[in-house]
Amino acid sequence: MEPVKAIEMKGICKAFGSVMANEDVDLTVYNGEVHALLGENGAGKSTLVNILSGIYRQDRGTVSVYGKEVNFTSPKDSIEMGIGMIHQHFKLVDVMTARQNIALGKGKGLFMKNKQLTREIRAISDQYWLDVDPDKKVYNMSVGEKQTLEIIKVLYRGAKILVLDEPTAVLTPQEIRRLFKIIRSMRDNGCAVVIITHKLGEVMEISDRITVLRKGRSVGTVKTSEVQVPTLIEMMVGKKVDLAIKKEKTEKEKETLLEVDNLYVTSSDQKSSLSGISFSLHAGEILGVAGVAGSGQKELCETIAGLTRAEKGRIFFEGENIIGKTPRDIIRLGIRMGFIPEDRLGMGLVGAMDIVHNLILKDYQNQPGIFLKRAACEAKAKSIVEKLDIQTPGVHYPIKKLSGGNIQKVLLGREIDSDPKVLITAYPARGLDIGASYKIYDLLNEQKKKGVGILFVGEDLDVLMDLCDRIMVLCMGRITGIVDPDEVTKEQIGLLMTGGKEGLAHDQI
Amino acid sequence: MEGFLAATVIASMPLLLATIGEIITEKAGLLNLGVEGLMLMGAIMGFVVGFETGNPWLGILGAILAGAAGSLIFAFLTVTLRANQVVTGLTLTIFGTGFASFMGKSYVGLVVPQEIKDFFAKVHFPLLGDIPFIGPVFFRQDVFAYFGYVLVAVTAIYFYRTRQGLNLKAVGESAASADASGINVTLYKYVHTCVGGALCGLGGAYMSLVMMSVWVENVVAGRGWIAVALVIFASWNPIKAFIGAFLFGGLSILGFRLQSMGIHISQYWVDMLPYAATIVIIILSSRKNKKENQPPEDLGNAYFREER
Repeated sequence: MEPVKAIEMKGICKAFGSVMANEDVDLTVYNGEVHALLGENGAGKSTLVNILSGIYRQDRGTVSVYGKEVNFTSPKDSIEMGIGMIHQHFKLVDVMTARQNIALGKGKGLFMKNKQLTREIRAISDQYWLDVDPDKKVYNMSVGEKQTLEIIKVLYRGAKILVLDEPTAVLTPQEIRRLFKIIRSMRDNGCAVVIITHKLGEVMEISDRITVLRKGRSVGTVKTSEVQVPTLIEMMVGKKVDLAIKKEKTEKEKETLLEVDNLYVTSSDQKSSLSGISFSLHAGEILGVAGVAGSGQKELCETIAGLTRAEKGRIFFEGENIIGKTPRDIIRLGIRMGFIPEDRLGMGLVGAMDIVHNLILKDYQNQPGIFLKRAACEAKAKSIVEKLDIQTPGVHYPIKKLSGGNIQKVLLGREIDSDPKVLITAYPARGLDIGASYKIYDLLNEQKKKGVGILFVGEDLDVLMDLCDRIMVLCMGRITGIVDPDEVTKEQIGLLMTGGKEGLAHDQI
Repeated sequence: MEGFLAATVIASMPLLLATIGEIITEKAGLLNLGVEGLMLMGAIMGFVVGFETGNPWLGILGAILAGAAGSLIFAFLTVTLRANQVVTGLTLTIFGTGFASFMGKSYVGLVVPQEIKDFFAKVHFPLLGDIPFIGPVFFRQDVFAYFGYVLVAVTAIYFYRTRQGLNLKAVGESAASADASGINVTLYKYVHTCVGGALCGLGGAYMSLVMMSVWVENVVAGRGWIAVALVIFASWNPIKAFIGAFLFGGLSILGFRLQSMGIHISQYWVDMLPYAATIVIIILSSRKNKKENQPPEDLGNAYFREER
């Protein structure tokens, strides 16, 4: 028997201004399958599923659900057709309880029927092995709990087609495994599941079929069982890419560059206050920092850079305590920081200025006199553009008009150019496509070879394990372990990220 | 003392109506700073219609429609055209003030008809009015005051017990989440802004028709701004709004009482009290940081579904 077509999207086109986000995209998803939507950043995956969920309206093309052509004008229409969308950024109301979030926009009658609602939630939870406390406020929930809540929410609305937009980006390995279990149980219950991700390992593990998008167009649909990872990458990127991160062992004498001793930093957000942080960073090594987002990574970077005041503790740089020094003094010592925040532009660069001026920002203090020497900076800018292969019409082009990857290269390029001794870099590859990410990793490795000590705050555990010599795991502002990536598994790091040493010990037994 | 508190209830009514109106508006995520203007529009339309027809019900209707119409303009500009809410609200205040002076020019000094005065005369509420202390203070009042009590209760039940109240909260907290949950965000914003505006208009009409009973220029005298501050004081809770309005109503008539008791403080100091207290309260309440007492998270933001 031919399986039922849950979704059929044909010839979808969607433009934002002059940018074509989707161009002639086709997607067919059957009942009882997990269908992965694969593509680099900006390939148009989110746009496509947002059309499916009624958030965007396509300019051209047709959408059919269960063989019936539909025309969604709002998310409500999509929900009524049984489509449940789990957005990348959760659409939950923080100050409400789980139950209230589930009830939103649903149900008839004037008054809330809390008891009946709780019963219905329990029924759904039991069927799919989901677990959530109906009375817990969303702002008290972990990311994993929020995601579970989102899933229950769409199931409560009777979703038979589940669409997950980058569901694993913020989860620990344990949570990912749980999510996959849920997805499989949904598939076995006859639902259709569409999952967006750019992590190839997950695609191979969870999906039955894969549709690859590139630059807004569909490249093709393949069966997971019949395809190899290199083929998928070629489909995604359009050319062959070597995806091995080379970890070069530096044989130099391990001189300690930076030593952090019993550091305490108070932050407005309790969870990310640092308490009792002690570690050392050697020359010629990359020390990775892993942890769930908001575990104190930002505070750590800012304290070393002199932007945040430490409450207690000392930081030695080549034997000198740098606590209490101004950011400028610290920069002069040779400690450089490149922090890529979630909005990518928020810290370190001024979007409306061109590359030359952004270089001068950190350079002007070393120039004598009151006038800026732009010629020298211009030459420097040109060499950075050339060396890092930054795609820009020119060094005088405002950087906010560059693509995210190129902006990040400018930021990193500026810091590297100053020949730092310590380089702090947080999420340097955030939101970059595969090619650009590897370019960044290569740059870091190059610095490492030159004897720079690098503190690398990352979010992708696979990358951390491949790139770093040691990984320090933060959880709620404490160090739960400093491990050698060659000796631990991803799951063990995941346990450290959420809990503590008990987890590690338990797993090793 | 009973007399003072009973007078306080009267003085607090316009504040209460406007504060509840603004709370309802802000719960939908719209910061309408045009309260003062809406109150003036309600005050003049209530007065004009009441004066010309001699019918209290028509007067009230006029005030409600004036407030609703004013906030409809606000909703159209900020929800549909996504204009800046602060600027639009301030403009509405300026517009409402001008509208009231213009319309009221030929009515200055005129007194409301006797039928209306009778309608708003004090009513001794059976049973409740006989309770010692509580009775004379709260239950020997005019119909407007009783409406105010009911309004507080109804609003509280609506916010905390009903499905629509929950949806409303979601719209104000996170319009994108509400939209993704299948709630008609635009409709909620329009309806609640208009209801809120109507209540502000009603608060204004109370000033002109009942408290003053005569048309004077700028009858609202800054109460709209106090109402905006009271919303923060009440942390968007209608019951706390009642307490806040009562407190401020008391402060605003304190001067007359002190004088009649023979205590002589400069009138200017006394007049300053409610406004100074407003500043103090804003400072104090901005120090509270419990999540539930925070403003709706999406307050002041325009919602555009396809924004990336």
